Amino acid sequence: MAQKRAVSDQNITIGQQLVEDWSSDREAFKNVSWGKSMMWIFLLSDTFIFGTFLTGYMTVRMSTTVAWPNTSEVFALTIGGVELPLVLIAIMTFVLISSSGTMAMAVNMGYQRQAKKAAILMLITALLGASFVGMQAFEWTKLIHEGVRPWENPFGAPQFGAAFFMITGFHGLHVSVGVIFLVVVATKVLRGDYEKRGDYQIVEITGLYWHFVDLVWVFIFAFFYLW
Amino acid sequence: MTEDNATDTEAEDHGPTTFLTKYVWSQDHKVIAIQYGLTAIAIGLVALVLSWLMRMQLGFPGALEFVDQEAYYQYATMHGMIMVIYLLTAIFLGGFGNYLIPLMVGARDMVFPYLNMLSYWVYLIAVLVLVSSFFVPGGPTGAGWTLYPPQSILEGTPGYDWGIILMLTSLVIFIIAFTMGGLNYVTTILQARARGMTLMRMPLTVWGIFVATFMGLLAFPVLFVSGVMLLLDRVIGTSFFVPEIISMGEPLAYGGGSPLLFQHLFWFFGHPEVYIVALPAFGIVSDLLSIHARKNIFGYRMMVWALIGIGALSFIVWAHHMYVSGMDPAFGFFFAVTTLIIAVPTAIKVYNWVLTLWRGDIHLTIPMLFSISFVLTFVFGGLTGLFLGNVVVDVPLSDTYFVVAHFHMVMGVAPIMVVFGAIYHWYPKMTGRMLNGPMGQIHFWVTFLGTYAIYFPMHYLGFVGVPRRYYGYEDIEFIPQSVHDLNAAITVAALFVGVVQLLFLYNLVWSLKRGELAGGNPWRATSLEWQTPNTPPVHGNWGKNMPQVHRWAYDFSVPGADKDFMPQNMPRQSFEAADVHKLDPDPPTAGPPSDDPALPPREGEA
Repeated sequence: MAQKRAVSDQNITIGQQLVEDWSSDREAFKNVSWGKSMMWIFLLSDTFIFGTFLTGYMTVRMSTTVAWPNTSEVFALTIGGVELPLVLIAIMTFVLISSSGTMAMAVNMGYQRQAKKAAILMLITALLGASFVGMQAFEWTKLIHEGVRPWENPFGAPQFGAAFFMITGFHGLHVSVGVIFLVVVATKVLRGDYEKRGDYQIVEITGLYWHFVDLVWVFIFAFFYLW
Repeated sequence: MTEDNATDTEAEDHGPTTFLTKYVWSQDHKVIAIQYGLTAIAIGLVALVLSWLMRMQLGFPGALEFVDQEAYYQYATMHGMIMVIYLLTAIFLGGFGNYLIPLMVGARDMVFPYLNMLSYWVYLIAVLVLVSSFFVPGGPTGAGWTLYPPQSILEGTPGYDWGIILMLTSLVIFIIAFTMGGLNYVTTILQARARGMTLMRMPLTVWGIFVATFMGLLAFPVLFVSGVMLLLDRVIGTSFFVPEIISMGEPLAYGGGSPLLFQHLFWFFGHPEVYIVALPAFGIVSDLLSIHARKNIFGYRMMVWALIGIGALSFIVWAHHMYVSGMDPAFGFFFAVTTLIIAVPTAIKVYNWVLTLWRGDIHLTIPMLFSISFVLTFVFGGLTGLFLGNVVVDVPLSDTYFVVAHFHMVMGVAPIMVVFGAIYHWYPKMTGRMLNGPMGQIHFWVTFLGTYAIYFPMHYLGFVGVPRRYYGYEDIEFIPQSVHDLNAAITVAALFVGVVQLLFLYNLVWSLKRGELAGGNPWRATSLEWQTPNTPPVHGNWGKNMPQVHRWAYDFSVPGADKDFMPQNMPRQSFEAADVHKLDPDPPTAGPPSDDPALPPREGEA
């Protein structure tokens, strides 16, 4: 029976396979652990959080009566006498996207059951994430020194400061949680907790969250800084 | 991974033994469900008392001196918010969802019991924060349950100083609690079903709760964000929602925000919320009608697709709450169309309920009475929804008592009827005893007739043009005497309906010790929760053997079967063998036992 089914598996299309999985018993997503499916559903829910933040930001940008500040000037740094627009954000974005790369490598190492490499890559990811949050703290400090507040700022519409602190704050919170999550999981990987079960899926679950946070940043970068 | 997920480590685990771990810090979905349910009912009682106080003021103005204008608005706000979110959402998803999902799909518990426990305690904190707003200076917010800015956060609105802050904080906490619970419910339904339990064999109760929870996971984040933004506006003075305002001749420090944005965000949550409350009710009532009419549900597949269709459509109808808000009239056209389209899947459901009853063996048990009254009330409230969904009819009816009557009928009374029906139906499983019948009859008839006595006349009030949310109508010229008389009559009816709810609560307590013993399956129902080895089910639900499902949940009165119901875990061939035996006195020798033909065996199982 099992043999017959294996043969028929080769002939059915992905669509049929999908229908078969969904119309089967026990699990709608085969070979997906509870933790992983819950993370996917949580991320779907979280999408609506950031989607609403960005929608709200775009709406107040239209409704406000004062001109919106020019972001390339506000977020410029003067390095060696040259004013470089958006330079810090560019570095931050680069760091965060690189961290997605190391995360993907960690997941790969996890599935190859190379615990030490996976843990080290996760710790590098966490380090990159932490430096992202650090640079964000630097950016906040700089803007606060320049007089930007959630309710007013010297550059233009007061909603600029409000949306900036709220959205980057919420995203920074997500990154910080991710860093803690990474460190905890990496410690457990090093300790050999998953070696006993032979299951490193938790690394992938952490990775899902991390990639999501990066993806959200791309949207924030595009809509808030570049626009 | 299948093996991992389904490992049966809990079969020998007898669960926690101390009182604290068993009943207070419990991770058992059944205990959490009852905690959720009792908390929701307790806070619902507060909202019930508030509605009495409001009705006293409307029916007999000035009769209660402490109900002044400010108090009236505060009561109205708290009544609405509590009923919609802290009672109905919590009891359907946290209460029935928690109790029924693992039992109905054949799981030992929710997939993450610890998170589930956390969900309840965070919900409790949300409730306590909400209640605490009664005791702060200025009292709870009186902004109306929709909390529209700018008025909700500006001086002059009752509770603007502390009430609104606590209300928004409480909502944010509630959403965190809901998310923890909701993720559990959805994952359990998708990934932890029993062997043989396909999605299309799940009872409609599970389907209703599933779709509603999924909608909640997408809709509540929007309320979360708008709550955070409103909180920032109120506390640190951002201007997301507040435009330039001159107050008492002085310009306020706000400017440039969009009040309409809040309305859009609120109703993008608020309309799905209507269905988050309604879909579990749809699901439960489908099962109740089928079981108590001893007939399979009519059009099971269509019922499932209608649930999904309603869930999806409900995300694109929100602005029908905003026809008079000043948004672009072209939007009104779009949203009127989508609103009327949603009537199609809803009507499918109503037809199917009626056709389930048609020629059924109807037992007028108390759950059945409540279910039938749900269908009647829902049709009634749904029809007035067609009036309000059309822009031209809605505009003159906006903000009148017609609207109050409509939404109380369709999402107040109708789902509450299902809550009662469901409690009468599943109380025997939760406690092992039946609820008292005569008390239940009184409860049903007074509630059913009483709610009609309350809300029928309100439609008339709406047509006369009586505006809603007014504290008093004594000195308004266009309002005739008949309105005042009706208001008094409505108040009397409301008090009767309220008092009979106390009888219901008494019944809950009385039957705990003195109710008739129920046995494992008093309603002769087919779904898995009635097939547990113990009643009430113990920790782990199923004892040693996990259930194996062989059929859908609606095998009632199957021709040729020896009983009028076949439990979902009853093997196929045992019925077929019985069947053959009846027709043929000399049965052929049975072949090797075949597995359930509907399910091809998986690798390693054959």
